[in-house]
Amino acid sequence: MKKENLLKLSQMKTAKLFTVALFATILFTSCSSDDDTPEIVNEEEVITTLTVTLVPSGTGEVVTLQTQDLDGDGPDDPVITVSGNLTSGETYQGSIVLLNETIDPAEDVTEEVEEESDDHQFFYTIGSSLDVTTAYTSYDEDGNPLGTEFTLTTGAASSGNLTFTLIHQPTKPNSGLSDAGGETDAEATFSVTVE
Amino acid sequence: MRIYVLVILLLGSMTSISQNCKNTLSGTVKDLHDSSLLVGATVIVAGTEQAVQTNLDGEYVFNHLCNGTYDIQVSHPFCVTQGFTVKVNGNTIKTFKLEHHLEELNEVIIKGHAYGDKSKTLVESTISKEKLEQFNGGTLGDALNSLSGVSSLNSGNAIVKPIVNGLHSSRVILINNGVRMEDQEWGVEHAPNIDVNAVGNLTLIKGASALQYSGDAVGGVIVTEAAKVPIKDTLYGKTILTTATNGRGGSVTSQLTKSYQNGWYGTLQGTWKRFGDFKTPDYILSNTGTSEQNASFNIGLNRFDYGIEAYYSYFKNEIGILSASHIGGASDLVSAINSNVPLIINDFTYNISEPKQDITHHLARIKGFKTFENLGKISLQYDFQRNNRLEYDIRTGSDSGKASVDLELTTHTLKLDLDSHLSNNIKLKTGIKTTYQDNFANPNTGVRRLIPDYDKYDLGMYAVLDYHINNNWLIEAGGRFDYTYIDAYKYYKTSFWESRNYDELYPEIIVEEFDNQILTHPELHFYNPSVTLGSTYNLGTDYQLFFNYSIASRAPNASELFSEGLHHSASRIEYGDLSFNSEIGHKFILTFQRNNKDLSFSVSPFINTIKDFIVIEPTSIATTVRGSFQVWEYRQTNAQLLGIDVDASYAFTTNLRYNYQFSLVKGYDRPQDEPLISMPPVNMKNEIVYQNPKLNHLRLALQSEYVFRQNEYPDNNFEVYIAETESTQLVDISTPPDAYHLLNFNSSIDLNINQKSKLKLGFGITNLLNTSYRDYLNSMRYYADDLGRNFLLNIKFNY
Repeated sequence: MKKENLLKLSQMKTAKLFTVALFATILFTSCSSDDDTPEIVNEEEVITTLTVTLVPSGTGEVVTLQTQDLDGDGPDDPVITVSGNLTSGETYQGSIVLLNETIDPAEDVTEEVEEESDDHQFFYTIGSSLDVTTAYTSYDEDGNPLGTEFTLTTGAASSGNLTFTLIHQPTKPNSGLSDAGGETDAEATFSVTVE
Repeated sequence: MRIYVLVILLLGSMTSISQNCKNTLSGTVKDLHDSSLLVGATVIVAGTEQAVQTNLDGEYVFNHLCNGTYDIQVSHPFCVTQGFTVKVNGNTIKTFKLEHHLEELNEVIIKGHAYGDKSKTLVESTISKEKLEQFNGGTLGDALNSLSGVSSLNSGNAIVKPIVNGLHSSRVILINNGVRMEDQEWGVEHAPNIDVNAVGNLTLIKGASALQYSGDAVGGVIVTEAAKVPIKDTLYGKTILTTATNGRGGSVTSQLTKSYQNGWYGTLQGTWKRFGDFKTPDYILSNTGTSEQNASFNIGLNRFDYGIEAYYSYFKNEIGILSASHIGGASDLVSAINSNVPLIINDFTYNISEPKQDITHHLARIKGFKTFENLGKISLQYDFQRNNRLEYDIRTGSDSGKASVDLELTTHTLKLDLDSHLSNNIKLKTGIKTTYQDNFANPNTGVRRLIPDYDKYDLGMYAVLDYHINNNWLIEAGGRFDYTYIDAYKYYKTSFWESRNYDELYPEIIVEEFDNQILTHPELHFYNPSVTLGSTYNLGTDYQLFFNYSIASRAPNASELFSEGLHHSASRIEYGDLSFNSEIGHKFILTFQRNNKDLSFSVSPFINTIKDFIVIEPTSIATTVRGSFQVWEYRQTNAQLLGIDVDASYAFTTNLRYNYQFSLVKGYDRPQDEPLISMPPVNMKNEIVYQNPKLNHLRLALQSEYVFRQNEYPDNNFEVYIAETESTQLVDISTPPDAYHLLNFNSSIDLNINQKSKLKLGFGITNLLNTSYRDYLNSMRYYADDLGRNFLLNIKFNY
């Protein structure tokens, strides 16, 4: 009886070893790599360009403020341009456009922000030396500020920093950046002058 | 006359029989493993009822056997009874070899290594199955953290990475059931993909001396092994249920093992774990839930001179990342650090939403061994691993719900090992290993690849010799050589490529230039020698002295070589360096140990000097449209780590025991003369354990854990302009949090249901005093406190 058992075992052993060898061969051959070069990934969500267009209600010049960083989070710094000075005592209609220019044609990211208006909000931070005020004119579905459009009213001649911040998933409503939480999607500071 | 004839006939027949059946069968009975003589073995000739016992020299003799084939049964108190078939032709000499030390062998079996066989000259720290079961609702990192010299690097409470003597990630190698884990271990927020419930035995080796596994363990090696299966006919299993108040969840784990006397066995195991949001003493940690499902099985045959085993395990883990930690640039970091509470606190939920990780790890292994009498034990193993890592960020538009990171790492390994006895006191272990690895970064994420597509080929070989000079003195020496070839395809941003001067340094690797990216084809070769030398000396019966020196060399990992871009979870931009060479660590460890049931202790000072140590440190601030980010760049330097680990245990009475643990490590960047970042602060554990075997094995333990403040750290603070306040503000990312003290309670009791089934009830409280604290090594410390009080209930059913 013992002999039979041993015999059976040795047969089983051979069978087992054979299966293992077969299994290993299949695994090895089925997993050969392909030599294709990987396809390029162009960032889909990166914001390279933020442009604020300020159109005066009077006859003055349109002022554009722009920050452009074509390499996204790469080592190059953004290029900031301010087209001209603001006129005192004027009311400007402001609008903000966000672009992803790493792809061609450029993608308008503002559309996404507007589609998900509940999850976004622009904040305008005005330097203390700068005599301007802002007011939201675009709102989300719940009637809370979105801020892709706004009015900017200039006071006396002055100069200082004007900062635009886009927050993703802020607490809404809020009293300002300090209690909005969320994540900064875009942030641009411009040095502007009212004359 | 008739009687006379009869007598003659009878005598004649007798002589005729005895003429053919005068043969003797003699020989010895020996142990198969070390050929030691077996005294008192019973040898029976089947069918003749002849039985003898071996004498003091292990010898036996049967007289009066005829020519022919006999079935012989040999038995011995410490051996499995075995049948042999012997052909007797004239006086025959036959040596029977039995499997001696049944108990011990049951432990050795196919997984190969009995206790203490991983490194002979380095003290190993082990965590028993019983201790491990206390962590069955936690992670492997939590279990390891209970050993001296081990801290954990956390990203929240579910991502727990072991730090061994100050080092972690690619410097700590994890061997899971004989398979080196290839699970993208390079990242700080990548926890080991092992189910703590599938581990039967956990061993930590604080050095690179386990050369049979790897030569690049600059920090240490963690070995997990499945529970041992006995060679006998049995069916047994266990089920453990754990529930916890913090996280309002729990886990169920079950294991069933069937084994046979003939060596066949099989084990089936599974774990299901689910937790919702955890909380600190004061608030909910929103989006910190976890969901884990694991399963494994093995089938094998374990005979004393050959065996085979197939093993497969599946690990799936979905982990929520604290919502408040999902931030943009430096100004968000300032708000987060300045706020005492997380900026996002929602109601408790079991939902896990973005940001989150979703990890799947498959591991399959086939192993066989055969013992040859004059050669030793040969083992052949093939293993396959596939690790898929998905990281989800909060995304917008068509990308929402899509993973930002989708990496698939596939590894095949074939290894051949030989364990042999060159003589009674010299053992040699040699082997060769080849690995092929393929990393695939899915381009459909719409996010540039964090880790590029690459193929990696490794070839390694080793030899380790140990020599027992005498009963008290052992020396060990080993060497290993690994060759690594990395064949990668990497897209660089043109601006980065040029800023690093790569356009002049590596023009030959450019494959194609695009608008703002360059496709390159880096091919890198690394040659890594490693060495171990050590000695163990027994001083009397209780004291032991260990000395070990090891050289480990580690090739840079994919992250260190190729990182280039925003690392979202760390809110910083990280840059690797293509020009890196291997880092080489020299580690000396001395251990003085006393093993005694009343007082035992172990004191282990170490010094680890690492040449070309790869560190990442902040170098500048990058401004992007998203805001300002700190830029962290990897660089190579010479580092030195020194420290000491102390363990002690004292029995006041048979039922009352005191345990003590102390770990200290200091790490310095020598050329810069500054401390290394993320070095574990000094910590100390004191524990009082009451145990009474007569009272249903009642166990009560009160543990105090004191973590000092880390006073040595590099200053990586930076300044950022905050529009709101119109001022530049300091971003304090360096200052470590204060020291803290935690009290934990643990208890258990055994209840016998019937002869075969046993129920163990456990109850524990962690952070008993509900202390608010933050830990220096938890990356979530900028955003929130650590865990508050937690009640745990544990029911274990053995059957």
